[in-house]
Amino acid sequence: MAVNYSAKEEADGHPAGGGPGGGAAAGGGGAVKTRKPDNTAFKQQRLPAWQPILTAGTVLPAFFIIGLIFIPIGIGIFVTSNNIREYEIDYTGIEPSSPCNKCLNVSWDSTPPCTCTINFTLEHSFESNVFMYYGLSNFYQNHRRYVKSRDDSQLNGDNSSLLNPSKECEPYRTNEDKPIAPCGAIANSMFNDTLELYHVENDTRTAIPLIKKGIAWWTDKNVKFRNPTGDGNNLTALFQGTTKPVNWPKPVYMLDSEPDNNGFINEDFIVWMRTAALPTFRKLYRLIERKSNLQPTLQAGKYSLDITYNYPVHSFDGRKRMILSTISWMGGKNPFLGIAYITVGSICFFLGVVLLIIHHKYGNRNTSADIPN
Amino acid sequence: RPVSEADAYVAQKFCDNRIVSSKYTVWNFLPKNLFEQFRRIANFYFLIIFLVQVIVDTPTSPVTSGLPLFFVITVTAIKQGYEDWLRHRADNEVNKSNVFVIENAKQVQKESEKIKVGDIVEVKADETFPCDLIFLASSSTDGTCYVTTASLDGESNFKTHYAVRDTTVLCTDEAIDSLTATIECEQPQPDLYKFVGRIIMYRSNQEPVARLVLQLSLKATVCTTLKYVWQSNPFNDEPWYNEKTKKERETFKVLRMFTDFLSFMVLFNFIIPVSMYVTVEMQKFLGSFFISWDKEMYDEEIKEGALVNTSDLNEELGQVEFVFTDKTGTLTENSMEFIECCIDGHKYKDCISEVDGFSQTDGPLKYYGKSREELFLRALCLCHTVRIKQADQVDGLIGHPECKNTYISSSPDEIALVKGAEKYQLLHTLNFDPVRRRMSVIVRTTTGKLLLFCKGADSSIFPRVQQEEIQQTKVHVDRNAMDGYRTLCVAFKELTQKEYDRIDRQLNEAKMALQDREEKMAKVFEDTEADMHLIGATAVEDRLQEQSAETIEALHAAGMKVWVLTGDKMETAKSTCYACRLFQTSTELLELTARVVGEMLAGFELNYAAPLVKDESWTLSQEYGLIIDGSTLSLILNPSQDSSSSHYKSIFLQICLKCTAVLCCRMAPLQKAQIVRMVKNTKGSPITLSIGDGANDVSMILEAHVGIGIKGKEGRQAARNSDYAVPKFKHLRKLLLAHGHLYYVRIAHLVQYFFYKNLCFILPQFLYQFFCGFSQQPLYDAAYLTMYNICFTSLPILAYSLLEQHINIDTLTSDPQLYIRKEICSFTGRRMLLKCSSGRQFLSWCRWINAPKAKSSFRNMRAENSALTVTSTLPQKALCKRRWSSSALLAYFSPSLVA
Repeated sequence: MAVNYSAKEEADGHPAGGGPGGGAAAGGGGAVKTRKPDNTAFKQQRLPAWQPILTAGTVLPAFFIIGLIFIPIGIGIFVTSNNIREYEIDYTGIEPSSPCNKCLNVSWDSTPPCTCTINFTLEHSFESNVFMYYGLSNFYQNHRRYVKSRDDSQLNGDNSSLLNPSKECEPYRTNEDKPIAPCGAIANSMFNDTLELYHVENDTRTAIPLIKKGIAWWTDKNVKFRNPTGDGNNLTALFQGTTKPVNWPKPVYMLDSEPDNNGFINEDFIVWMRTAALPTFRKLYRLIERKSNLQPTLQAGKYSLDITYNYPVHSFDGRKRMILSTISWMGGKNPFLGIAYITVGSICFFLGVVLLIIHHKYGNRNTSADIPN
Repeated sequence: RPVSEADAYVAQKFCDNRIVSSKYTVWNFLPKNLFEQFRRIANFYFLIIFLVQVIVDTPTSPVTSGLPLFFVITVTAIKQGYEDWLRHRADNEVNKSNVFVIENAKQVQKESEKIKVGDIVEVKADETFPCDLIFLASSSTDGTCYVTTASLDGESNFKTHYAVRDTTVLCTDEAIDSLTATIECEQPQPDLYKFVGRIIMYRSNQEPVARLVLQLSLKATVCTTLKYVWQSNPFNDEPWYNEKTKKERETFKVLRMFTDFLSFMVLFNFIIPVSMYVTVEMQKFLGSFFISWDKEMYDEEIKEGALVNTSDLNEELGQVEFVFTDKTGTLTENSMEFIECCIDGHKYKDCISEVDGFSQTDGPLKYYGKSREELFLRALCLCHTVRIKQADQVDGLIGHPECKNTYISSSPDEIALVKGAEKYQLLHTLNFDPVRRRMSVIVRTTTGKLLLFCKGADSSIFPRVQQEEIQQTKVHVDRNAMDGYRTLCVAFKELTQKEYDRIDRQLNEAKMALQDREEKMAKVFEDTEADMHLIGATAVEDRLQEQSAETIEALHAAGMKVWVLTGDKMETAKSTCYACRLFQTSTELLELTARVVGEMLAGFELNYAAPLVKDESWTLSQEYGLIIDGSTLSLILNPSQDSSSSHYKSIFLQICLKCTAVLCCRMAPLQKAQIVRMVKNTKGSPITLSIGDGANDVSMILEAHVGIGIKGKEGRQAARNSDYAVPKFKHLRKLLLAHGHLYYVRIAHLVQYFFYKNLCFILPQFLYQFFCGFSQQPLYDAAYLTMYNICFTSLPILAYSLLEQHINIDTLTSDPQLYIRKEICSFTGRRMLLKCSSGRQFLSWCRWINAPKAKSSFRNMRAENSALTVTSTLPQKALCKRRWSSSALLAYFSPSLVA
């Protein structure tokens, strides 16, 4: 890189230190306060500096290097992303042919709940651990009023907040003069469809074990969300004096049978409470662990998805999806980053070539450098 | 030992003598300062935002805008408090200075602030007056004292003042103590030299004696000027926020929409952050230090460097289009040197090259014994020994005492002459004033002859002498004027006793007149100074300041139009302009002077306007210079003649703007300001700069956008009223070409970068609104919103805007062309803004697409976006920076650590 070093510093900066100028300044500082400005590099704006000058010699290699680095990175990322298996079914049941169409207009608290089964076929086997997501569309979990409609201290197990939730929770703060636990619009609208996955082989349905623990963040599970404290571990007693959110069929202490996954620390609940940034989002629902190294987690073949259809989305024109996906070191499927790298790298490389040609053909014509301005 | 007094007999409430130039006291600082600050529209805007956040349910917490606002207010308050503390200190210095007051026939030392009305103050030689004084008695028996008004109007020459006649005798402490008197006087006036009052003395129950007093009214004027300077501070009402949005806000009637709107306003107000305001202020404030630190603008002679009074104008130094400069003391040294004289048409030269300077003049005197020469010298001596430090008011006149003093003492013959002069008895002095432009003395010789000697500008002397004497002298005077010398003519007249008696009576009458004293005096003077005999003329040179020609050339090359506004006569000013290369030999001069004023109004349009204004090509082929004098200018500018004068004004302006150089001579101080105002208010309102050294330039210094004072010989008035003060005219070059250019570019980059980074910051937030149902959900965390501008991104740009030198300073100073080129590439231009904003839009969109797709949770995205914003805006500046230096690097690293 061509560097234009300011040689002025040497020219008249240093000699002043030993010269008469320096002597005068020193004398002035001692006895009589002179108003003469100090002859320092900083005050005289003569700090050493360098100024990169763009020449063909520096720009061309830069372009090529960027191109040569970016293109392989991009290809690597793109391939990785493409290797991720992903399967997605929309089970909203908008189309009349869909098995779930019958459940489209049922209310959330109908008993018995509407159930439907969707059969699907996986073309490729899923080799590594599979993540099962539910996805919602046109669901504004990022609406301002929605986002703040929660009481974090209540969720953190604070007993006073449990009985007296924050005003932010309005209008889901109290129900029939009893405080709602967990309060707020987010909790109230918790996703409550149940999804079950079966492998269909020769008309026999084998349930695939879905792990419901380990889907929430560790910090959320252990720090941010805590059950209220009190005598004993009986959640029913601890939640005494509160009422369930209006739209919930069961109170919060009956979300799960296992005590370390019940109440506020229920992982489905925690996942839901972490609001999505965009109106179309997916949330982790279950994990499917790879059993052995010999068999893929999900073989290619026929599967069926049993849905307990509780969550109404038709009223706001929403969609519900079930997604099966594997992940890689760079997360889920996202081809954008790879494409971006490849594009930038290609452009740089292309520009490098073009500039090289230009430089080769016309480079010697104008040797005098312009004033860098 | 002039002794003065101000006495109040009637018990009336007078304020004490304390000077208060400070704005605040310890007690009222907080409320008053807050009030002052919130009167500024920008602060008020942020206060409103803050209140909206407190009252309405908005997306971000009040802290996000409250904290920066608090920060700004505190920093400004500290800055203003510090400045006020300095003012307090300066006040104290004056207020606590010791003065001697005579109380009970004794001298008592007092602090200046404790002087009461009615105290008798004793002021020794070379002391400053602590307050307005009435001159009662002095150490000299004739009751005169010599006062310089350098601290008031910058004139360093001495003005004589006379004591009240009845108190002159009271020279001792005891005597003065016995005085009982009442003084009636008028309110302070803007005119320094006018004072009308009456002293009534009570002497042991006798009839009160009424006397008129002529004295200076000193301090009140100072205070008013200073007050004016503060009031005219342009900094206070600078609108800078978008007014439209507020109006729009008011038009909404539906409450829902109203609050939504408020919320969005709160959400997007970060595009114009409070901290930009602070950073700009800081940049200006710190940047001004580099100007005062500049070693090259330090002058060894006066041991001072540049002084920055206002730091708000650094960037305007880089945009100056018109430079108005004074001549004397600014372009020239203002130190006079005797060149030659001409007596009765014969030329006598005195220059350093000749071995025995003035003796050449003496020669003829001895050898030929010509009475004329003797008379001439006698006139000069008299005018000058008797009236030692009588002086020139306007640039146009000489009679500078110092230079004559030197040659008198250098020549033994002259000393003899001076001694001879003592034999003359001074009867009357007809004081100098700028309207008459001459002064006279009436003396009685030992032989009893009465003589009147008069000296003054040629234009005022020539009409009053016998015409046949003029011819030869006039040739010399004109030639001297062409050479750029200041000329002075001397004339005399013999008076008979009868004439003298009449004059004496008239003068005394006029002096005692209560009303129209000035007019009456002027009339008597006018009558007296007539039918004189011309003796000769002198020529004195005022040398050009070093490098002023080069500086003017550089300014011209930098595309600035230089106007010289001077009080000098045309020929002198013209030759100075040629000497300092304001006019080139190729410049075609257009003269609009009193000489042509008769045909002017008729021929003005035809001769100049028509061919010049309409013909577009004229500027290309030829450089034009315009010369205009004060009287013509007042004809044009003051529409007293008829309705068409305003028409002339616009034509005049058009011509002026097309000329590369304009010389305005014979200008009164107010006319100077008038010209500046005229140019300032033209279309496109060009940035004007005034530079001057004397009190007569103060008005134009205050009027122009940028006022520059020269710390010259004519006192400190100009320097004090200016925005920047430099020791010499040549320093203007570096100030404008290097500092001005740099600060213009720096501030342009600073503001542009601020918009860039905040668009980068806020645009994703804006786009996000489309994805969150327009619910004003902020994309960033409140803390991040607050700290982004204050901590994360403010230091690099500050360092950049202080240290950036896109072009080397030496290159800038030596190549004035760069000053124009900067304006062509216009950093603030629309194209540039478009280019940059498209760049940052691309950046935001990229980030948006990249935004982790469906599965990302809200907080994740926030964090990622925050990090992206900081990391993507910082390198942008890094790439733009052309000069890296170590301290800048430091500033770059600090936010990265924080982030």
